[in-house]
Amino acid sequence: MGFNSYLAKKVVVYTITFIVAATLNWGIPRLMPGDPIGVLLSRFSTLPQSTEVMYSYFMQAFGLDKPLHEQYINFWRALLSGDLGVSIYLYPRKVEDILLDALPYDLVLIVPAVIVSWIIGNWLGALASVSRRLDALLMPVFYFLTSSPYFWMAIVLAWLLTVVFPIFPPSGAYSPGLEPSLSLAFIEDFLMHWTLPFLSLVLVMLGGWAIGMRNLIIYEIESNYSRYMEALGAPRGLILRYAFRNAMLPQITGLALQIGLAVAGAITTEIVFSYPGLGYLMLQAIQNQDYFLMQGAFLVIVIMVLVSNFIVDIVYALVDPRIRYTYTGET
Amino acid sequence: MNRMPAKLALANPKVRIGIMVLVIIVAIAAVGPYTTGYGPLDYTGDIGAPPSREHPLGTNTFGYDVYAQVVYGLRGSLAIGLLGGVIATLIGVAVGLASGYLGGLADEMLMMITNIFLVIPTLALLIIIAAYIEQRGIGVESLIIGLTAWPWTARAVRANTLSLRSREFVYVAKLSGLGGARILVSEIMPNMLSYIIMVFILQFGGAILYAVGLDFLGLGPTDSISLGVILQQAVLWNAIQLGMWWWAIPPGLLIAVLLTALYLVNTGLDEVLNPRLRR
Amino acid sequence: MLRVEDLRVYYKTLSGYVRAVDGVTFTLSKGEILGIAGESGSGKSTLVNYIILPKPPMVRIAGSIVYRGIDLTSITPGELSKIRYTGISIVPQYAMDALSPTKRIRAIIRDLTRGRAEGDIEEKARERLRMVGLPGDVLDRYPIELSGGMRQRVVLVISTLLDPDVLIADEVTSALDVTMQRAVLEMLASFRDTGIVRSIILVSHDIAALYQVADRIMIMYAGKISEIGPAEEVIGDPLHPYTRALIDSVPRLGVRYKTRRLTGLKGEPPRLASPPTGCRFHPRCSVAEERCRAREPPPARVGKRTVYCWLYTGG
Repeated sequence: MGFNSYLAKKVVVYTITFIVAATLNWGIPRLMPGDPIGVLLSRFSTLPQSTEVMYSYFMQAFGLDKPLHEQYINFWRALLSGDLGVSIYLYPRKVEDILLDALPYDLVLIVPAVIVSWIIGNWLGALASVSRRLDALLMPVFYFLTSSPYFWMAIVLAWLLTVVFPIFPPSGAYSPGLEPSLSLAFIEDFLMHWTLPFLSLVLVMLGGWAIGMRNLIIYEIESNYSRYMEALGAPRGLILRYAFRNAMLPQITGLALQIGLAVAGAITTEIVFSYPGLGYLMLQAIQNQDYFLMQGAFLVIVIMVLVSNFIVDIVYALVDPRIRYTYTGET
Repeated sequence: MNRMPAKLALANPKVRIGIMVLVIIVAIAAVGPYTTGYGPLDYTGDIGAPPSREHPLGTNTFGYDVYAQVVYGLRGSLAIGLLGGVIATLIGVAVGLASGYLGGLADEMLMMITNIFLVIPTLALLIIIAAYIEQRGIGVESLIIGLTAWPWTARAVRANTLSLRSREFVYVAKLSGLGGARILVSEIMPNMLSYIIMVFILQFGGAILYAVGLDFLGLGPTDSISLGVILQQAVLWNAIQLGMWWWAIPPGLLIAVLLTALYLVNTGLDEVLNPRLRR
Repeated sequence: MLRVEDLRVYYKTLSGYVRAVDGVTFTLSKGEILGIAGESGSGKSTLVNYIILPKPPMVRIAGSIVYRGIDLTSITPGELSKIRYTGISIVPQYAMDALSPTKRIRAIIRDLTRGRAEGDIEEKARERLRMVGLPGDVLDRYPIELSGGMRQRVVLVISTLLDPDVLIADEVTSALDVTMQRAVLEMLASFRDTGIVRSIILVSHDIAALYQVADRIMIMYAGKISEIGPAEEVIGDPLHPYTRALIDSVPRLGVRYKTRRLTGLKGEPPRLASPPTGCRFHPRCSVAEERCRAREPPPARVGKRTVYCWLYTGG
């Protein structure tokens, strides 16, 4: 009962967020100085069957001859039917199809990277919090990692492990000659291509998690319940276990915020390795002034972030008794 | 949290080391261009040459001197960090203070907006904004970064305002008949000053990172050079695969070191303000 | 049971030592409830917290704490840990949030008593909870699901679960309303009467609350004892000028005065970083003489009482 109303509230918040994001997406080209829409339209005039495209899509979504509110309604109508327009870069493919093809590459990169960095980072941070020597040794490393731009970390890894020590392939998601399949050869080839972008993301994110965990544990060790346990002669190990458990909770909430940053990191990292996810697509879209593709990618990224936030909310409610209590016991 | 004496802050080793590194980096940006005979876009005659006495960081595929590019680019990046950081901090502090101090409906509305923008990935939003701007200078880039990077600051400042608002001195000020705005400016702001400095440090670093990301995607300044632009060119022209590490690694390293220094200062100040974090 | 001898515990700060406890001597007998009273900053909380958990920034400058013949200041931290809880236990000032928010009461009890308790600890806890008026299913709850008053009673039960010899109760009544205050004090007394705990040190700024249950009362001022003796005598016929001022400030014993200031006293309590010379109370004392400013008063025995004031030194 309480759990459901908690989730319902989150769904409402995320729906509003999506509406705002989509509205921005619609409004930005119209708000910008100059004539961005004109630029956008002119991009199509050079293509074959341009008039057909103009009539099929623009009359719906960008029907500029119509009043603004009608343009807005048409935009939503197109959006809700899954119509994100036509790509210029990959003309005449539909934007939604291109994005759906790219999405799996992002998921396979971001999801494991977030989870792995979260686990290792929290573990290292906990280690640093209990050992003064490790603390002095590791903290500067964590700060450096979290300070590095994702794609620079990717550049460093690429240089080290594809040029200096040519262990991994430099680009792509799999070797050009292979067809995606579940064969052992393909999986191995895929993993080899996947390792470096994955590692770049993990390394940068790990620093932030570790710093967070270390500070949280120190706060928890100083908290009243720790003092009480100590006053009752509880062993240090037990106090640390309690502190760790309570420090985990803010770190789970942190996951929600980190996902947005991880997506941004993945965008630039994919470019370094020509990894065919949304980020690489984004670059192509920018270079070819393919505005529909760009804006479609933005929406997909927003949806991805919202969905993962929602998953984090569910996990959080399951592990923190306080959430359950707040939503059931208040009356 | 009282006004922080600068002396106490400087006693913290992290603050000292961080400021030292920052001073060095700022010095490089200030003096660097005078230490090289080349401009960032001067053809030197050497193509893809490794570091040497003549070219401390070698040259790139176009025959540009990478050291000259880096020192000029650093100026651009610092400018964006400063401008973007100031804008984001100002907006964040204003929204956070208003929200925390006004309370009620205004608070709820402001926080709803804040939370929405907190969830929307900033870089992705920046990309579609920047893509529609044809002429992008450092000013424009800073502006759009400042306009999108403020939400976490608003939330943090609000929490801080709430805790300050409940303190005794605000109560006393109210009793003495000061108006809301006056209390905000005369009582809460000074007490938050040290906190705002810390927020700005993080926003400064954040703005540099966002700018580098945008630059890297080819959405950076169209009329000037920055560290991100150098990195974009390097990756675009396969510097790594060609073994020209001097082109691709140093600009990013400089950013990482700069941000590490900022974090050190921030953490050090945090330790001064919250002695519990000290070890 | 517990003998504290000339204990001096200072806080080490950036600007030097703060002399929070400065030469305190007293004995806690078996079966006794000793009340310690004083304003905030008198050192009473530092004193009891040092006894149970000596750690920085508290520094012991001198003195000893002898429990059952063992000097607690000279044993290893490991040995001290073993004495805590079974020997000396505490209901802390912050009892309302002394429990980890993400653990059920049952788990907290199980973890804290692991390897230290005999028999069915859960059954024992259930029984004790009944004694303080709580249902046994509290064990299945998280701390947040309990009210502040319930949490405090749960902490009282947890702290005494291993039947400690000495229980320190630090400001346990200050956050409660008058009825709850009385109930908690009665619980403490009944814990002593039924032998669950042998002796109790009850710390409070509320002298009226102490008077309800304490056998003896010790008054502290600025890190030192001003007067210690049987509760009836100290309250009924205070000797030290400070005790007198403290008691005068309570309009009628048995009524709370928490928010009232000490009306009979002018001036502020001394700063413990640089306390006044001689008797620390002399700047605020109405009968102070020359020697009070110059020299510290030695302890003076008056009947069953010890008073630290030149008026009673017989000189």
